[in-house]
Amino acid sequence: MRFTRPAYIHQRAARADEVADSSMVSARVSGRKGKGGGLVIRFESVSKKYPDGTLAVDRLELVAPSGEITVLVGPSGCGKTTSLRMINRMIEPTSGRIWLDDRDTATVPTHELRRGIGYVIQHAGLFPHRTVLDNITTVPELLGRDKKETRRRALELMERVGLPAHFAKRYPAQLSGGQQQRVGVARALAADPPVMLMDEPFSAVDPVVRAQLQNEFLRLQGELGKTIVFVTHDIDEAIKLGDRVAVLQVGGHLAQLAPPAELLSDPSDAFVAGFVGRDRGYRALGFAEAGRLPVRKEHAVRLGGGLGEARDAAEDGWVLVTDAEDRPQGWLRTDRLPEAALPGPVTAQELNLGGTLAPETATLREALDSALSSPSGRGVIVDGAGRLLGTVTASEVLTRIEQQRVADGRPPARDAGLDAETDVGRDDGEGGEVV
Amino acid sequence: MPSPVSPHVSPGVAPRVLPPVAPLAQDSSPLGMFGYFNDHRDEVLNWLWYHTWLSAVPVVAGLLIALPLGWVARRYRWTYPPLVTAAGLLYTIPSIALFVAMPDILGTQILDPINVAVALTVYSVALLVRVVADGLGAVPDDVAQAATAMGLTRRQRLLKVELPLAVPVIAAGVRVAVVANVSLVAVAGTIGVPNLGQLFTTGFQLSVGSPYYPPITLGIVLCVLLALALDLLVVGGTWLATPWRRAVSGS
Ligand SMILES: Nc1ncnc2c1ncn2[C@@H]1O[C@H](COP(=O)(O)OP(=O)(O)OP(=O)(O)O)[C@@H](O)[C@H]1O
Ligand SMILES: [Mg+2]
Repeated sequence: MRFTRPAYIHQRAARADEVADSSMVSARVSGRKGKGGGLVIRFESVSKKYPDGTLAVDRLELVAPSGEITVLVGPSGCGKTTSLRMINRMIEPTSGRIWLDDRDTATVPTHELRRGIGYVIQHAGLFPHRTVLDNITTVPELLGRDKKETRRRALELMERVGLPAHFAKRYPAQLSGGQQQRVGVARALAADPPVMLMDEPFSAVDPVVRAQLQNEFLRLQGELGKTIVFVTHDIDEAIKLGDRVAVLQVGGHLAQLAPPAELLSDPSDAFVAGFVGRDRGYRALGFAEAGRLPVRKEHAVRLGGGLGEARDAAEDGWVLVTDAEDRPQGWLRTDRLPEAALPGPVTAQELNLGGTLAPETATLREALDSALSSPSGRGVIVDGAGRLLGTVTASEVLTRIEQQRVADGRPPARDAGLDAETDVGRDDGEGGEVV
Repeated sequence: MPSPVSPHVSPGVAPRVLPPVAPLAQDSSPLGMFGYFNDHRDEVLNWLWYHTWLSAVPVVAGLLIALPLGWVARRYRWTYPPLVTAAGLLYTIPSIALFVAMPDILGTQILDPINVAVALTVYSVALLVRVVADGLGAVPDDVAQAATAMGLTRRQRLLKVELPLAVPVIAAGVRVAVVANVSLVAVAGTIGVPNLGQLFTTGFQLSVGSPYYPPITLGIVLCVLLALALDLLVVGGTWLATPWRRAVSGS
């Protein structure tokens, strides 16, 4: 089975193959930015024992490779924040060393060290008395950089993190939590540090905004190629964002360090397996490209078209409705339409919006979800511009999962019951058209 | 017309020149203060000027002294309890005692306004040390962490983050100190230091047989107006220094 990234991070997935050769990373980054990628962060038997005797981190050995996102994940109190803060020496290790490339962090003056390391925390921690722009320019200002250039860069960064330019003059309290977090990211990036530390940066916003921030963060990282250490207690976030995920156990033991797909498919011990979660098999599908799914042509009707025509086009009582550009808008149930309504048009209010859309480059998880979430049982596949390509059913996706497992040399997961069901395919219509 | 030389003058402050006998307004009710003011305009304005000066300058001086003390109380946590307690104790010294003791401590003349200025500075410090210490500590935890993580030195943190954020808290303390000073200065007036407090002594001296209200009422009204004006000045200054708070509450 070929593990890849979900569609929105394809660009980065390609990069993941390159990072072994760090010169290629800097080459890629310098193509855009004219500077090198991040530094390598190396924990060398690092321990932290607090004065009260708590052993927060125990002989941690960890390498955060240049230009990659290394996620530290684990239950509350397992030492994630402590490990992170030892990198910029907000907490001093009790023993061991932390290296940035070939520099021992203990030998660098703290404020100098910190100005070269971006830091983002949960509630952004913006300075309430400084405007958004002044917040962002804090570190370049400390470094004595040119004022005009710093300002220009700050405005450019605001655009990059998705903040309109007129927010520059606002104060943090005039922003929503999600917007503050964007400013926090821009502020951490302002001096273009090679290393970024992020401590649960997206956990204080609602799930919709969180997903948005995560996606934009990945896009940004695709452009910048920083060395990032990212702390979260949310395994889903870890799997979504991490190039590599370090699972920590209470007491600061590193339980496993692996790429997300491997973590899901091959947890090293019972703790990791338990932490990764019960539905890890399903989530692992998020890393497996569905490949060329047999997409069936779907007879869709246009918004504003006649209801009578819609009823005639429907299969199993449901018809897909698109806009004038062929973009799916929702499903219309036709088997309960009163006769009297038939001369009328298809309107947006009557549509069922339950189904998710899967891109043609979908992962198995996205494809399966689009089928399972669709009220008609037919999952909608769209092209890059969001136009309708066709539909797939859950059983077709399951068949694909089976095929990939076999190709992977693993026994099929299905039992006899499932077997029988997957054969009951929908073989009417022009099915089997491969996109 | 009652004699200005009254047997009620307190013995401790007896040897002094009494106000010149000016023709007194006929109206001895509180409303007579307008006539009294017209008759004694120069003298009263002079007292008002001294009063303003004596109320404001000690607060400024006190703030300048309280800032480093408050910072120390914050920076070295163990110094907070003794510093704040000592400051609180200073405030319990009766003002009149401090005014009378000052000449001995400073080697000045008994009626030198410097005595009052220094004494009131002591009170302002007493009031503001705690305010400054607490104000500097009012930086939200995540903001303080962000400041550290960005590599601000201790000094940059103080000047760029802690002090600006402490302004509203400190300003609230300064308002209290200013208003308190206006009334403390009046107390100094009763021992003869030229300021609005002398209006009360005068009124007291003129109240022989029946009360004579005009100077007393005038003193109260002018003290209240002065306190309001100084308070407004502090509020205005704070308003200018904290655009970030305006933006939040105003929009
Ligand atoms: N200043 C401190 N003094 C003593 N013990 C501490 C201190 N800071 C953290 N600890 C302890 O060290 C351990 C690790 O703390 P840490 O903050 O690194 O956890 P975490 O993994 O970030 O947890 P969370 O997910 O809840 O943020 C915990 O047991 C915590 O109680
Ligand atoms: Mg933490």
